[in-house]
Amino acid sequence: MAVQERSFENRSAIDYSQIAQSSSFQHLMRAKKNFILPATLFFFVFYFALPVLTSYSNVLNSSAIGPISWAWVFAFAQFIMTWALCMLYSKRAAKFDEIVEQMKQEAKEGGNL
Amino acid sequence: MHGLAFFLFLIIVALTLVITYFASKRTRTTSEFYTADSSLTGWQNGLAIAGDYMSAASFLGIAGMIALFGFDGFFYSIGFLVAYLVVLYIVAEPLRNLGKYTMADMIAARFDDKKVRGVAALNTISISIFYMIAQLVGAGGLIKLLLGIDYVYSVLIVGVLMTVYVVFGGMTATSWVQIVKAVLLMVGTFIISIIVFAKFDFNLIKMFNEVKTATPLGEAFLNPGNKFKDPLDTISLNLALILGTAGLPHILIRFFTVKDAPTARKSVVYATWIIGIFYVLTIFLGFGAAAFVGYDKIVAANPAGNMAAPLLAEVLGGDFLFAFVSAVAFATILAVVAGLVLSAASAFAHDFYSHILRRGEATEKEQMVAARWASVGVSVLSILLALFAQKMNVAFLVSLAFAVAASANLPIIVLTIFWRRFNTTGAIAGMLVGLFSALLLVFFSPNVWSPEPGAAILVGEPLFKLANPGIVSIPLGFIASIVGTLLSSKNADSKKFDEILVKANTGIKELAN
Repeated sequence: MAVQERSFENRSAIDYSQIAQSSSFQHLMRAKKNFILPATLFFFVFYFALPVLTSYSNVLNSSAIGPISWAWVFAFAQFIMTWALCMLYSKRAAKFDEIVEQMKQEAKEGGNL
Repeated sequence: MHGLAFFLFLIIVALTLVITYFASKRTRTTSEFYTADSSLTGWQNGLAIAGDYMSAASFLGIAGMIALFGFDGFFYSIGFLVAYLVVLYIVAEPLRNLGKYTMADMIAARFDDKKVRGVAALNTISISIFYMIAQLVGAGGLIKLLLGIDYVYSVLIVGVLMTVYVVFGGMTATSWVQIVKAVLLMVGTFIISIIVFAKFDFNLIKMFNEVKTATPLGEAFLNPGNKFKDPLDTISLNLALILGTAGLPHILIRFFTVKDAPTARKSVVYATWIIGIFYVLTIFLGFGAAAFVGYDKIVAANPAGNMAAPLLAEVLGGDFLFAFVSAVAFATILAVVAGLVLSAASAFAHDFYSHILRRGEATEKEQMVAARWASVGVSVLSILLALFAQKMNVAFLVSLAFAVAASANLPIIVLTIFWRRFNTTGAIAGMLVGLFSALLLVFFSPNVWSPEPGAAILVGEPLFKLANPGIVSIPLGFIASIVGTLLSSKNADSKKFDEILVKANTGIKELAN
């Protein structure tokens, strides 16, 4: 990040556009997008598949294990999906935090903060 | 009157008042009042979110709905939980990074315009008040059933207590009441579920087999389609459930009680585990009530099934368990209404009074006085409304709150964080169209109109056929935001968006030391 000459009055202002264009911020946004976008699409489709299937068809009414039908199995799968995506996100987000820390460090050295 | 239940109620009231007393000593600044000085840990806030979220409607309502309608009741459990993925992935961290005390802060961070803040505050207040009337009406009915105290007095007792927590203890007392309630609720639910499961020899297959012989629905009990028959309505409900949570103001303000975005994220993860475990256990509550209390007795006590869980506790564990579950239900209502009062009062005092009326020039002391008076005002207003709304359907009010939250708040939150072109006109258009389309559609819906006298509030053919407006009003909220933006001549401030983008994603706010 380029060191910029600044007047004294300006020193307290952070140049957000400069940070936004920095390669580390771009890297952060890409990393977030690559995880959040597909994961969100996935859970929306997975979530709505249950009411759509139960409203427009009876396919989930057949037995999975004895009296327990596939509708219940799918319903439980929603819980597993939620917890799994929750844990997965925390793991990924820890990496996002690292990038942010790195950015703050760089910005400080670069004189932007 | 149940003496033991009454005694446990008193213990809970005493405990919450002790919490409020200690919290009041720590509530001198607006930051302490609105956010407990952002001092909660991830665990504490996770429990408080759970305590704030699992309302009487979800504890008593879902147990009853599963007991009466089987699978369809479980849709609520699923939707209420999966919604937390939207909160976690999209809303929680940017909100913590951009906001200070209220949801409007976050939107005002990008659009430096009093009108935007005003409309955002209007949405917060509307949603909180609908939700609060629902809780108070439910509380009145419930306490009447449990203790035999008249509806009017029940509402007044709950109303006075919630006002005391918020006015004296602010967010600190509110959070701890929610934490205590979350623990009590989980303990109660666990005990009942274990007893129910033990009665079926810890065998799921046996449980499913026996429950279908116990209900009038028989085999159909285990299949979807008993309550939700119209496919579009089912999908509309599911849409409002999954998108509504991320727009509920009393949940959103909980992210200001932690110090930074990573802690906000942790608190959502803890909340998701707690809430998820609770909603899995609603199966045991519902199936247990269906099998051991029986359809006729549940409906006789309350046609909506709200008494299924307390009645189940009585059958399984006698007077003590009944008293305990009743007391937990009472604590549940207290915790949720306190959170709602706080969210509406902070919108009044922080957004309307401090920012719009006083242009940000009120002193700290004046702001504190305003916040406390706003809390009293919100409480009095909702108590009065609840007294008139006694006959209203509680589930209808809750679904209205979710629909408005999903249609009016969520589009604005999402577009504020993600869309560079989004501007003031779009934000205002989206919020107003979302709010009023949800309200109007509900007004013309079967919730309000029914050709059968007595089945709804008014007699007549509903103009809008769906009970839940989400499938229409949520897209309308998004479309209005986008069209409003594209039609207005105002250009979005690209520099400002850079700032919001960086702040929302990194939390970089001021000079690092």
